[in-house]
Amino acid sequence: MNSEIMVEARDLCKNYGTVTALDHVSFSVNKAELFGFIGPDGAGKTTLLRILATMLKPDTGTVRIGEYDAVNDYRKIRNMIGYMPGKFSLYQDLTVEENLQFFAGIFGSTIKDNYYLINDIYDQISPFKNRQAGKLSGGMKQKLALSCAMIHKPDLLLLDEPTTGVDAVSRKEFWEMLRKRKEDGITIIVSTPYMDEAGKCDRVALFQNSKILSTDTPENITANYGSVLFAVRTSNMYTLIHDLKYCPTVRSAHSFGQYIHYTDKEINATMSDIEYYLRGKGHSEIEIRQIDATVEDCFMRLMLND
Amino acid sequence: MKTDRYINLKRFRGFVVKEFHHIFRDVRTLVILFGIPVIQLLLFGFVVTNEIRDAKIAVFDQSKDYITTRITQKIVSSGYFKIDRKLESASQIEDVFREGNIKMVVMFEAGFARKLEKDGQAGIQVITDASEPNTANILVNYLNSVTLSYMASQQKALQQMQIIPEVRMKYNPELKGVFLFVPGIMAMLLILISALMTSISITREKELGTMEVLLASPLRPFQIISGKVMPYILLSFMNAVLIILISFFVFQIPVHGNLLLLLGECLLYIITALSLGILISTLTSSQQIAMMISLVGLMLPTILLSGFIFPVENMPLILQGLCYLMPPKYFITIIKSIMLKGAGFSYVWKETLILAGMTLFFLFLSIKKFKTRLE
Amino acid sequence: MVNSDDIIIARDLVKKFGDFTANDHLTFSVKKGEVFGFLGANGAGKTTAIKVLCGLSYPTSGELTVSGYNIYTHREKIKQNIGYMSQKFSLYEDLSIVENIHFYAGIYGLSNKVIRERTEELIGMLDLQNVRNKLIKDLPLGWKQKISFSVAIFHRPSVVFLDEPTSGVDPITRRQFWQMIYDAAHSGITVFVTTHYMDEAEYCDRVSIMVDGKIVALDTPLNLMRLNDSVNMEGVFLKLARQ
Repeated sequence: MNSEIMVEARDLCKNYGTVTALDHVSFSVNKAELFGFIGPDGAGKTTLLRILATMLKPDTGTVRIGEYDAVNDYRKIRNMIGYMPGKFSLYQDLTVEENLQFFAGIFGSTIKDNYYLINDIYDQISPFKNRQAGKLSGGMKQKLALSCAMIHKPDLLLLDEPTTGVDAVSRKEFWEMLRKRKEDGITIIVSTPYMDEAGKCDRVALFQNSKILSTDTPENITANYGSVLFAVRTSNMYTLIHDLKYCPTVRSAHSFGQYIHYTDKEINATMSDIEYYLRGKGHSEIEIRQIDATVEDCFMRLMLND
Repeated sequence: MKTDRYINLKRFRGFVVKEFHHIFRDVRTLVILFGIPVIQLLLFGFVVTNEIRDAKIAVFDQSKDYITTRITQKIVSSGYFKIDRKLESASQIEDVFREGNIKMVVMFEAGFARKLEKDGQAGIQVITDASEPNTANILVNYLNSVTLSYMASQQKALQQMQIIPEVRMKYNPELKGVFLFVPGIMAMLLILISALMTSISITREKELGTMEVLLASPLRPFQIISGKVMPYILLSFMNAVLIILISFFVFQIPVHGNLLLLLGECLLYIITALSLGILISTLTSSQQIAMMISLVGLMLPTILLSGFIFPVENMPLILQGLCYLMPPKYFITIIKSIMLKGAGFSYVWKETLILAGMTLFFLFLSIKKFKTRLE
Repeated sequence: MVNSDDIIIARDLVKKFGDFTANDHLTFSVKKGEVFGFLGANGAGKTTAIKVLCGLSYPTSGELTVSGYNIYTHREKIKQNIGYMSQKFSLYEDLSIVENIHFYAGIYGLSNKVIRERTEELIGMLDLQNVRNKLIKDLPLGWKQKISFSVAIFHRPSVVFLDEPTSGVDPITRRQFWQMIYDAAHSGITVFVTTHYMDEAEYCDRVSIMVDGKIVALDTPLNLMRLNDSVNMEGVFLKLARQ
């Protein structure tokens, strides 16, 4: 086995009764890589992370973590991972410091031993270190949970939707912390429903309906979008989306904030073609730009091709 | 160099500290742990006892001789009865019962003293209000013991060598109901609180999602479980001591046997209850269901099937069989023997062994059932 | 200076919990048919404010009129005239789609005839003919959220409050959901929405940003971007939300 590889999953399947959670999923994660599973709720991300955390057995397929098999050597693996489950909410009635102490303790470690791993987070939460975890704000709670998951200096950090429901500012800070830990040599696997977070990962797997749609670096994923993408805006956005969706040569039209992202079936379609069409529909103040695709554009394209 | 032993000890300590934080920061838990036992014990002890004082009775004395007068005096001085009225004719009996105040009518036949001296026997008829059968039974028993003790003293005085039946209320000569209830309450409270608290505290971790983190850590099931129950062993044991102290100081229930043996048996029973709690928590993942199982599955059988209120001997065979599966039944036998009879270990070893066996069985089953994964 | 078009009028709204001021003199108004984005970091006081606006709790001080009714005197009227949907609130998982609709419609006292008509209309609009008697728990998350929204506006409230309605929903369903929001706004229902997706903030007619219990910015997304030298709302939010 390649010593550069931290996680190797082959052909994982998992069913709950008649519901398929994972459908022949294969991927590998390198050492000290920040790897993201991007996809909506219910796509199978949680099941996958639970299998990696040795919390579930796959129906078929194998997972190796380091040199260990995730089913047979689960005790070994539990010594080397830090795991933050999706609905994890810490001990609400323990203070920040007590939570940290407890989680360090169960791994036979102390806050002091690995303080450097959490010092940047800890500096932020230390003003509240005697506050009970239940009284922290959502963003703070997630930072504390992350600290608890890595206070024992794991080789592999598994984070299931750590940023769901967290505001944009806290999310940004959270990802900055993850990048630093990656630089310390920790391999990090994280799942998220927020497409814009894909860009913060070294590599991502786009996940939908129990399957991986694509695994690559975010740059490669967006570079492989495969068509020219336009951002369009006019004075009447409410009718614009309708008009673009029913344009005879439309391939896709999706709103993105104040713009609509449009691709045409005709490879040679130009901005003036689109402008001409929209003027015919009575639009004014037309603004059209050619743009690079985002991960979300690619995700939707892959979803619809499916 | 940190040895494994040292690390394990530290883990264990951390666990126990954390658990105490949970307990002492939650008012509800504290109330359940210490408030409920005290209140229950006092309630049962003072209110729901089967001891009767100053029951109103009526006397219909058709003889009115010196013996009936003496017996009537004895009845009054026993403290259990209060003579509400004296009847003059048999037709009044029905009326006084209808009024509802009178629980019992004692009727001496005509020529009572004469008959007793001549034939050696005379009749007392006792009529009770059997719409309250328990009360009626107890009153009849009281009256029997009063008359018998009178007869005994008389016969001694007359120096007659005659074998007479002697009924003595052994171990509880004053027939105090509280003596019978306290062991039962103790058995019920300890099993309820120990099993309820452990099952709730383990399922709470499942609901919070923290159990998933504990499972994904190097901790072994045994370590997780022992870390969680240790505080409850200590607290339940304090409860047991509290109950014994209240029994002694408030209800004057003596401990005739060895105190250390009594405490040891309490500890064993607490561990039995905790292991039941662990078993419940491995079978369910929500606090609510754990609470339902503990309350309905443990409290009711303890009250109904442990011989605490209803004698096991009077139950249908199937229920009797069930009774033998109830840990409280053995515990009640044990503490009754130790507290009231002053029995030593040699008298209760069988019950102790059964309890220990049950504990091992429950623990084995829970470790077996405890999932090292989520499925 | 009350504009009759204003569905929500809040003036110096304060909500305190002990010493802690969760909402500090909020003053704003929301127009009929407007899509109003209510942004803020976790713990900024959004949830508290929504509870007050929905008539679930009284403000500590200040004035509030929702749909023409005063919070202090007509709280029950307010509840009758609003719709509410949160990420957590959901439909009853063990009831079917139609049973859920009937239940919620019944709460608002709609007549059986109206319930029947609107149910058919809704089933047709969401294309649920084949699954109408399916239990909610057997539906994908995206569908649940769409049905949930339809139920929240089933009684034609004047304003609907949406608390993170699209959290965790896939990108296509998320856009369909916003299309539903637009349609509702076009039909005259005011939409008051919170979200952590910053592109969704740009779909709103106006956006307010709350920091530490105060509203620090309130304008159209375009104006906010211009004022804060940012090309998108994410930039605006990052700049304002942690001052």
